[in-house]
Amino acid sequence: MAHIQLPEGLPGIRGPLVFSPATTQPLCDLVEALLRGPSTFTLAEREMIATYVSAQNDCFYCQTSHGSTAAQHLGGSFADYELIARMKQDCETAPLSDKMKALLAIAGKVQKGGKHVTKADVERARSLGATDKEIHDTVLIAAAFCMFNRYVDGLDTWQPRDPELYVEIGKQTAALGYVARDWKRPLTTGASK
Amino acid sequence: MAHISLPEGLPGILGPMAISPESTKALRKLAEVLLRGPNTLTSAEREMIATYVSAQNDCCFCQLSHGAAAAEHIGGNYQLIDQVKSNYGVADISEKLKALLAVAGKVQKGGKYVTAEDVERARSAGSTDSEIHDTVLIAAAFCMFNRYVDGLGTWQPRDPEVYREMGQRMAHDGYIRAN
Repeated sequence: MAHIQLPEGLPGIRGPLVFSPATTQPLCDLVEALLRGPSTFTLAEREMIATYVSAQNDCFYCQTSHGSTAAQHLGGSFADYELIARMKQDCETAPLSDKMKALLAIAGKVQKGGKHVTKADVERARSLGATDKEIHDTVLIAAAFCMFNRYVDGLDTWQPRDPELYVEIGKQTAALGYVARDWKRPLTTGASK
Repeated sequence: MAHISLPEGLPGILGPMAISPESTKALRKLAEVLLRGPNTLTSAEREMIATYVSAQNDCCFCQLSHGAAAAEHIGGNYQLIDQVKSNYGVADISEKLKALLAVAGKVQKGGKYVTAEDVERARSAGSTDSEIHDTVLIAAAFCMFNRYVDGLGTWQPRDPEVYREMGQRMAHDGYIRAN
């Protein structure tokens, strides 16, 4: 049972999104701009930053759904899902670019609190080729998921454990994005794409 | 010096907002809806929640600017805002707002810290589900704004007069405006 009366059958953030239409539009516009808007990052890289922060915040729904979306952007193979799992476990030893590791380290500091980010963290990312805009976007994506994770867990939303469901969420989100979605539509596994 | 190159002379969140127009549009709209949109909580109450969370996150710019906005909504009572930040339990605010600030303080630590008892206390003090929802989302949103502002090492002036003027604009003109 969630802390407040939410529409039934909608996992994670979907319950509160349907509960509060006035805030849903800016939240969806924000995540669309951050994770799918014009950027020198790939779609997969941005979903990975979101996934990593959500794992650090121990938010099951967000880390599993964005992890699945990241894996789908990479191609959706078993190996892609394995890479996401390894990144969540330890981003420094996962097979990622050094630049990506440096950006995930910044995201991890933001997760602890803005003041944890040091000049050395930023210098490391910059020396590996990260631009100011990429550092900005990494900080804002990490900060935004500190919001989304708290929204989802702070209301104690329903977060199913069925892995198939999250494969479906990842496929849908990778294809459709975050705006103009019907969040009321119940999710079923093995449905159309 | 901020961690990245930002336009000079823009305090706090206004620096990063100036270099990222698409996300800024959504962030401004979110702040407007949460803090000034139609609601059974007053704008002063919602700004107090924002201020309290920002103080817990030790974000100077956000707690001073939103604290000033809250004070301007209640006729310039800055003393009450200081009390809310330092010890809201003894501040002259409703039991309902105290219970909602307790929920907000848990969200600041992390979503899972909010207990059924915290929510029950807020509900028995008269909070609706919508008010509890909004409190959680305001607190969560300021965990984002605070990290955005401090995570980039933005310039945060210390002069209270700067924040008084900012608070007046935020309280009266809102968040959807040109810099």
